[in-house]
Order: sequence, then structure tokens, then C-alpha cells
Amino acid sequence: MLTVSGLKRLQISVSFDLQDGECVALQGPSGVGKTLLLRSIADLDPNEGTVKLDGTLREAMPAPAWRRQVTYLAAEPGWWADIVQEHFTAWDDALLLVKRLGLPDDCGPWPIQRLSTGEKQRLGLVRSLMLQSRVLLLDEPTSALDSESAASVEYLIAERVSNGTSVVWSTHDNAQARRVGSRIFAMRSGGDIEESRP
Amino acid sequence: MTYIQLSYGDLALPALLVVMDGVLSFVLRLKLEKQLAIATLRMVVQLVLVGYVLTFLFAAVSPLWTALAALIMVLFASREIVARQKRRLPGVWKYGLGAACTLLAAGTVTMFALLTELRPDPWYHPRYALPLLGMILGNTMTGISLGLDVLTNSLVRERAAIEACLALGGTRYQALLPVIRDALRSGFMPIMNSMAAIGLVSLPGMMTGQILAGVEPVDAVKYQLLIMFLIAGGTGLGTLAAVLGGAFLLTDRRHRLRLDRIPAERSL
Repeated sequence: MLTVSGLKRLQISVSFDLQDGECVALQGPSGVGKTLLLRSIADLDPNEGTVKLDGTLREAMPAPAWRRQVTYLAAEPGWWADIVQEHFTAWDDALLLVKRLGLPDDCGPWPIQRLSTGEKQRLGLVRSLMLQSRVLLLDEPTSALDSESAASVEYLIAERVSNGTSVVWSTHDNAQARRVGSRIFAMRSGGDIEESRP
Repeated sequence: MTYIQLSYGDLALPALLVVMDGVLSFVLRLKLEKQLAIATLRMVVQLVLVGYVLTFLFAAVSPLWTALAALIMVLFASREIVARQKRRLPGVWKYGLGAACTLLAAGTVTMFALLTELRPDPWYHPRYALPLLGMILGNTMTGISLGLDVLTNSLVRERAAIEACLALGGTRYQALLPVIRDALRSGFMPIMNSMAAIGLVSLPGMMTGQILAGVEPVDAVKYQLLIMFLIAGGTGLGTLAAVLGGAFLLTDRRHRLRLDRIPAERSL
């Protein structure tokens, strides 16, 4: 279980619990701080408050170990090498997910520049899924995808959730929020969240 | 050793060449006259002053005065490093990192040469220590300022890539390694270029100076080689220290990229 209490970063001040195998949809207008919240949980920005995974404080472990358990995925994931497969420790294992998300299975040796925005978004998701993290913090993971690809992403994440992975899924799509989330967090301009059930 | 001495009067005629530049600028409306005049005046004043300062230092042969002169040179070098940065480092490190790294690198290499090869008596004799330090300092400064500039600019430009690596559980060293490599490469480039071109394209100032002063060319070459080796070592050491130091300052213990620590001109 992920416990967030009194998390503060700029205007944000948030507390919530996230059960194992639970997916929460995070909503709110652009600029309200959804990305800031997700980044803060992953400890990518300086922030205050207590964040625990199964009762263990994140400060009790090195930050890289925390982020392998509680993994943030940016809406536009970054790429540090020129070739697609150089970003994966085990490309052959990733291929299964690559195919399931409708990406060409020969894209391993492709240069990153050749990828479309949507392809990058899906490959970024595959790269994060390979970590088998306990918690996924997905920042608009289908914002650049057509409805078919978005559906395959939703299906894949739902599978992970049913296997015990916890997910916070930020989205501007109300219908998607109701489909994927067992609860919906609406972020308000004051920096707090209002919880509702779909 | 004999050399042709110049009097200040002997310089009047060559100085006319600068006046010629000024006239050219005026006729062609380049609007460089004022800048040219200031630069020329600065050069004359600075060099004449340095001539007298060195004369005093060589007469004194005092470790204290020599150290003070060396310190002032390092401070000017660190000011120059800061002036060449598009993005500055936070707080005291803005000047501190450049100063510490030039001092560390140029100081170490100068001492190394004085104590092992040249061995003047006393070892800190300003006639050897200061020119040596000056030549190493100038090149180390170039390496450090290039390295730091590439480091900070690349960190801002490659932010998404670095944070992707961090988000996937990479350490700050893993995430910054590609950028650090680029920064080091840029820092090393000028000295490698000048080593490759030396003797063919350019005759270095110190060597030609010694030749003009009557030193046998082959002996002057040996001195120049020594200097080039020292410069290469100083540049390597200084650039490495500055780039790693900069990378350390712009990340934190929780392995976060801290671009918020670059004041002003942020492109976040």
C-alpha cells in the first residue's frame, strides 16, 4: 500500500492512500499541478511530507531504489541514446509488450528520431513496465494515442492492476477516468484533491 | 645569449599600425574606433604595469609576494570563466568552482614542473613560477569554461532524457554520464587542436620569444614541449574537476536533477 500524507510542493498539499491492485484516476485542469504531484511522489523534485510504501519511508531507501518501486512516466518520455533498443536492458523480453501495444516488432534498431509522438509514448510505457514496479504514476499515458492504441494501453494496465500493481493515472479524458479508475481524484486550484467514485 | 633591446620610442612606429586600424574603421564606418582605443590603452597600461610588477617580484623573490601574484591571476581566471558562461552556477559556486578547479589543476601542474623538472633555486622563484602558471592557467581556464558551459546547457536541453533515466531508477551518475562525456570532450578539444597544429600552423609565443631572446631553436622547442605537456595535464585535470563538480552541484543526494539551482536565464 502507498501512503501519501501531507505531501507539499509549491501550491500542492495532498494526502491519500493507494491500495495494492487499485487504479486511481487523477483529473484537473492543465497547470493545476497533476504532474507536480506525480513527480513529487516519485521524489523527482524537492518536496515535503511523508510517503511510504508498505509502511517503509521512501527516505529509508536510496532514491533510485524508490523510483524502481514507485515509477513515474512522463507524458513525453525522454530518450538518452540514439537507438530504440539501447534504452532497454532486455529488449527481447520487452518485445512481447511492444507487439501488444501495436508497435512494429522490428523497431528495436530504429533511431529514436524515426518514432512518432504516439510511438514514443507507447515505447516509454513499455520501458517503464519492464521494471515491474509496485506503483505506476502515469502522466497522461495516452494523450498522443488514437482510440485503438489507447484501448490497448488501458487493457495492459488493467491486467497489471489485477495482478496487484497500484496505479495513479492522470488524464483529461473524463470517460477514460471513469473506465480506468476505481476512484477519481479531482485536483483543485487550491492544490488539494477531491475524491469521488465513478 | 644576446637580444635586440627595444626602447619605448622604438614602439612609436609600430603603434602607428593600430592608428591605421582606427583610420580604417573611421573611413569604413565600422564604429570600432572607441573600442579599439580602449582596448589598445588597456593593453598598454596592463602590460607596462605587469612589467614593473614582475621586475619587483623578480627582485624580491619572496614566497609571499609570489603566492599573492599567483592568487590574483587565479581570481582573474575565475572571473573570466564566469563571464563566458551562458548559465551560472548557484551562489558562492558561481566563482568558487572555477577558482577552485583552476587553482587545483594549474597549481598542481605548475608545482609538479617546478619540483621535478625545472628545479629553480628557490623552487618558487617567480621568474619560473609565474610565467609557467600563467600559460597553464590560460589554457586550463579555456577548458573549464567550455566544459562548464556545455554541461549546464546540455543539462537544460537534455532534461527529459536525464529525468527519464532517473525515473527508471538510474543514479544521478548514470543519468548524467552522456552529458558529462560531451562536456569533457568539449573541454579537451582546444588543447588537442593546438597540439595537432603546433609547429605547422602556429609557432607558439613562448618558443618564438625564447628564439628572439637568442635561445637555440632546439632548446626552445624542448621548453615548449614541456609547457604543452603541462598544459594538457592541467586542462585535463581542471576540466574533469569542474565538470564533475558542476554535475554534483546541479543534482542532489536524492538523485534529482536540480536545474532550479541555476539562477536567471532559466529556460524551464
